[in-house]
Amino acid sequence: MLNLTHITKTFNPGTVNEKTALRDISLHLDRGDFVTVIGSNGAGKSTLMGAIAGDFLTDSGTVELDGRDVTLAPSHLRAKRMGRLFQDPARGTAPGMTIEENLTLAGGKGGWFSRTSKTDRSRFREILSQLDMGLEDRLRQPVGLLSGGQRQALALLMATMETPDLLLLDEHTAALDPQTAEKVLAVTRRVVEENRITTLMVTHNMTQALTLGTRTLMMDSGSIVLDIGGEERKTMTVEGLLAAFRANVGRGLDTDRILLRPEGE
Amino acid sequence: MLSLIQTALELGLIYALTVLALFLSYSMLDVCDLSTDGCFTLGAAAGAVVALSGHPLLALPAAMLAGMTSGLVTALLQTRLGIDSLLAGIIVNTGLYSVNIAVMAGASQVSLNRTDTLFTLARDLLKSTPLAGGHKLVVLAVLTALAVVLLTLFLNTRLGLAIRATGDNRDMVRASSIDPVFTVTVGLCLSGALTGLSGCLLAQYQRSAEINLGTGVLTVALASLLIGRVLARRGGILLRAAGAVAGAFLFRLIYALALQLDMPAYMLKLTSAVIVALTIAVPYLKKQYPLLLRANQGKGGKGTC
Repeated sequence: MLNLTHITKTFNPGTVNEKTALRDISLHLDRGDFVTVIGSNGAGKSTLMGAIAGDFLTDSGTVELDGRDVTLAPSHLRAKRMGRLFQDPARGTAPGMTIEENLTLAGGKGGWFSRTSKTDRSRFREILSQLDMGLEDRLRQPVGLLSGGQRQALALLMATMETPDLLLLDEHTAALDPQTAEKVLAVTRRVVEENRITTLMVTHNMTQALTLGTRTLMMDSGSIVLDIGGEERKTMTVEGLLAAFRANVGRGLDTDRILLRPEGE
Repeated sequence: MLSLIQTALELGLIYALTVLALFLSYSMLDVCDLSTDGCFTLGAAAGAVVALSGHPLLALPAAMLAGMTSGLVTALLQTRLGIDSLLAGIIVNTGLYSVNIAVMAGASQVSLNRTDTLFTLARDLLKSTPLAGGHKLVVLAVLTALAVVLLTLFLNTRLGLAIRATGDNRDMVRASSIDPVFTVTVGLCLSGALTGLSGCLLAQYQRSAEINLGTGVLTVALASLLIGRVLARRGGILLRAAGAVAGAFLFRLIYALALQLDMPAYMLKLTSAVIVALTIAVPYLKKQYPLLLRANQGKGGKGTC
């Protein structure tokens, strides 16, 4: 499904701010994989997402999606087949437009001059009601009036309305309060499972990284230092993960921003 | 007094088209298009030339096409050549000065005194009807209403929504597989067409086009747009577009009344400049007010370190 080969990216080359964010990253995701990514600040997690989504041109390496080389494709073209959510709930939706207008734009059905039809509206109501947030009765309200959690849930619906080949989640629950985060996560899990969407999710929560999905990657200074799946992952604990990190990298993980335990404990 | 209001209404309706153009570029796309002045004159010049040598009706699409071309150039400069959007507008505006004189065959003015205009055609058409005295108003009201309705319909299509989202959240436009470069280009072309049409109507209305016709139009239209925003802050696109038109009329009315109170005509541009500055500054100052208030009460220091 997704195939990265020898991706390298250095920002501000030749200056004092030079930073190699990705070092020779190769990664393969099979259809239906749900991969979690964890790592300390500056490990390159978000840059990896950016490289896949096409925010910038990589220095070297190729990005293949479903057998097609998309290395040089601009982000809006890749978006046809990729859904993406950011940490900031504001980035996924247009605040000045209504819920209905946002969904129409994301829905992608019809040509340039198509308008929101009754069928569209009832479809919107139906998928919104699955969120259980009462948004189905607020179609005509501007998205700017919604809470962060509601906006993020809406953004998730928008990103997955046309089932994408790949879903990129960049700490999409990190800015929400624990309760809302749990709810958005539940919706994420359901949408991903129902549609069998290949998913890459960055998280700052160790437990989440191990319990969600089918495979866990750990990144450090631009490289993937741990790749755990299958039986090994089922028995892995947070302590085990930290020990494995120490063994592979030669020092302890900087855990300032990482939650070692489930939130709320 | 009645004729005063009628003239204000007529001029308001003419400038309303430029206000709608800014509604599209400034409010929707969030692009401040500084080529408006030149584009307005371009529409006037192109329209006048076509009215003179062709037909006054043909002048309308000609002016719109000219304005659209100007909008396209502004858009290409900022989307394809990496020129800052404010600078792109200024560059195009400067270039248009030469273009406008060239369009008027090297002259700085084209007179329409001896040819038919849209308004003389309407006058002849409505001669023996009850609308005879208001033929100009009828023409302008129909055209502006048409522009408002078409613009509203357009802004609710998928392309229109994409243009609105471009000013709201470009990330989200890209995420919807739409290139913001495309939406900015389409938006500025349409906005240019409206501005050109507006200039063309003014030239036919006053039966002449001249090189300085557009000077300051951007500020005047921006003032009208901001007045309209106060009138219709919330609500759907139709209401907000209608608010923009009402703002244009209100601005003209205030100006006409000020003239009655012996304000010299040359004060128009200063008035509009002050209105624009104030409307943008007031919300900002409101936010600063609590700080000033507390500093003056002397609690929590004087705001100095």
